[in-house]
Amino acid sequence: MSKAILNIRFFARLREELGTESLELPAVPGQTVNDVLSELASRGGAWAQLKGTQPVMVAVNQAMAKHSTQVHAGDEVAFFPPVTGG
Amino acid sequence: MISVQTDDFDVGAEYEALRSSGSGTGAIATFSGLVRDSGDVSGVTGLFLEHYPGMTEQVIQGLIDEACQRWDIRQARVIHRVGRLALSDQIVFVGICSAHRADAFSACEFIMDALKTSAPFWKKEITGDSEHWVEQKASDVVRTQAWE
Repeated sequence: MSKAILNIRFFARLREELGTESLELPAVPGQTVNDVLSELASRGGAWAQLKGTQPVMVAVNQAMAKHSTQVHAGDEVAFFPPVTGG
Repeated sequence: MISVQTDDFDVGAEYEALRSSGSGTGAIATFSGLVRDSGDVSGVTGLFLEHYPGMTEQVIQGLIDEACQRWDIRQARVIHRVGRLALSDQIVFVGICSAHRADAFSACEFIMDALKTSAPFWKKEITGDSEHWVEQKASDVVRTQAWE
């Protein structure tokens, strides 16, 4: 049984601007990616950009997801800017 | 086979590995991408490439699987480098072998286009005294959408 937490990760520009590579949040039944973003953005400062005008991509358990995707205890939820490889 | 690595790669060796894939192979298409100055700022000396270990490989495997469903391909090889790279360094390799050229060309181009907009890599350009994250290009998104 996994702990009732979400493992949040940040990559690239977001990781640098938030000064945070990863953190844990309590998992709330029924919550979506969008709820997680709202909670983090409410911290203010650089965190507000998570609900700003720049696109924020999300992956849940290492698969691309949408802001409407539901997240559950034990999930790995990663936020990052649009990708630029290749 | 997929490799995400800091080390450089040898296109000749990769080609020979694809060539030994069996007597049914009649065509090999390869693509090599090099680090270039994006033109967003002046004085770029190189790049730093970040990725999301684990997810990167899963996304690329998904692209290879999709290519295998859409075209008749016998083998696919993708290499992507991460870490610090200099201008003109090799950054990405896609090699496809197939019975016929059309499938090899198409699968190679599809994987490369889709990789650019879906695989979790991020480039940071480095100049003499500063660095900045590269923005995704609308033209890359358009190219990927054209395969849908």
